[in-house]
Amino acid sequence: MNGAQVGFFILAGLLIVSSLWVVFQRNVVHSAMALVAALFLVAILFLTLNAPMVGVLQILVYAGAIMVLFLFVIMFLNPIGLEQRRRLWWGFGALAGLLLAGALVPVLTNGDAPRDPVVATELFGGPEELARSLFTDFVLPFEIASILLLVAIVGAVVLAKREP
Amino acid sequence: MQAYLDQLIQGGAFAGMPREVVYAIGMLLAAFIVLSAFVAPLAGVTSWLERRVWARMQSRVGPNRVGPQGILQWLADGIKNLLKEDIIPTAADKKLFSLAPYIVFMGFLCAFVVIPFGGHLIVADLNIGILYILAVTSLVVVGILMAGWASNNKWSLLGGMRSAAQIISYEIPAGVSVLMIVFLAGTLSMQGIIKGQGWAPWDWYLFHNPFTFAGFFLYFTAALAEGNRTPFDIPEAESELVAGYVTEYSGMRFLFFFFAEWGNLYVIGAVATTLFLGGWQVPPLAIFENSPMLLAVAQFVTFFLKAYLWVFVAMWIRATLPRVRVDQLMSLCWKYMVPLSFICLLGTVAFMFVPADGQRITSAAMFGLGVAITIIFFLRVGFQIRQAKPELYFKPHI
Repeated sequence: MNGAQVGFFILAGLLIVSSLWVVFQRNVVHSAMALVAALFLVAILFLTLNAPMVGVLQILVYAGAIMVLFLFVIMFLNPIGLEQRRRLWWGFGALAGLLLAGALVPVLTNGDAPRDPVVATELFGGPEELARSLFTDFVLPFEIASILLLVAIVGAVVLAKREP
Repeated sequence: MQAYLDQLIQGGAFAGMPREVVYAIGMLLAAFIVLSAFVAPLAGVTSWLERRVWARMQSRVGPNRVGPQGILQWLADGIKNLLKEDIIPTAADKKLFSLAPYIVFMGFLCAFVVIPFGGHLIVADLNIGILYILAVTSLVVVGILMAGWASNNKWSLLGGMRSAAQIISYEIPAGVSVLMIVFLAGTLSMQGIIKGQGWAPWDWYLFHNPFTFAGFFLYFTAALAEGNRTPFDIPEAESELVAGYVTEYSGMRFLFFFFAEWGNLYVIGAVATTLFLGGWQVPPLAIFENSPMLLAVAQFVTFFLKAYLWVFVAMWIRATLPRVRVDQLMSLCWKYMVPLSFICLLGTVAFMFVPADGQRITSAAMFGLGVAITIIFFLRVGFQIRQAKPELYFKPHI
């Protein structure tokens, strides 16, 4: 086991612990903070995988912006006390978890190597490579996603606007 | 940094040690040196200088007892805060309350990784440098919100929420102004952006075209707002919110927030210098050619002075402008700065199609305009000082 693997297992362990915290914390703000930590650790995983651009975007967009909006809304509504345990939701949650685990079994038990492994070069995951693939091969999905976001923003503005 | 460590490893300095361990120790050592030898004195001296400058501008004296002209005041303040009782309110959320100052501190300190103090004096020249700075400084908001909520105090919570709203809003004009320079330079790396400019002011991106000239002021204003500086310091407005999100903090934790604020001022100046003011570029003089050491020193001094000038400008602004209201702050950002920054972005893009000759003429004209503005500014300030004739201006060493 080399240094990179040790680093990966430490990061993965921390990531699992913080993700479990998101689910099991009874205090909503603590859950949100654990989610920030989890997203941050995912960003570090991207960095170790030679994809600094994706890692930094992960911090900028998720940990820095979206989670702040989450926290903002949580604090604005200020839920009193701790979240109640509800049996019904536990049932649904357990069912969904089992389904996901079942879906993952074939992937985890697959011992074969991927068919076309791509060797990560020095430039892989850099801004130039990312931009090139976004604006050549994936330009249509990219534009569709941006229009989707624009529609969502316009919708939010329309909903939030008070009638005179 | 990594290249230097590789050289040492090749030279057999760390025989028998795994490469990763050497890297880890080297990086920790670099972080420790940067923190204790540069960032801490810098933030401390800035805190002292700021108080002296305000005092001068308001015809007061300011701290002048500890050391010559009071320059060691920050050490005295640090010791005092270390010795103070560390109070955590009973009703506070203890874990988040104690964690928050460190997250704010980490967010600002991480920015120093990619600040280019010289041609080779940089911890890591990432190929995503400027994006990295935007990302790590956006983590500061999480710490501030955490502090505001965990204090369990309505003033703290209001301060934290105001701060979050403000930082998220002003990230847009700041980010778009940065994007302008990224378009011109064609790279996100801090060293790459500096290498795209020259030592002479008319080669700087500041004077490249009228839109980058406006973009610089947009960036600086937005950065001041992101750093919670007056006139945008509504998160800690003492006349409304006691002290905002730091109300319940005391001792060393209190100090960490202000440490981050003063250090962040320097980061703002350094980023502005890198993007718009040519960074560490020095004139190609003959004496630099055969002594790389002298060149490194000259580059560091150039960069440091340019960056510190903007810290000084932030001090003037704080001493002279009143605080804006919350609604004014938001309308300034969304109604004026965001559209203006988009206009500047489009203008810069259009300007990139202008042939090189036209660009050079525009740069020269913009440089002339900049010089004219500076001269008018100093004439005006000089006139004001001569007219006011306060006793203190003529005795600066009280």
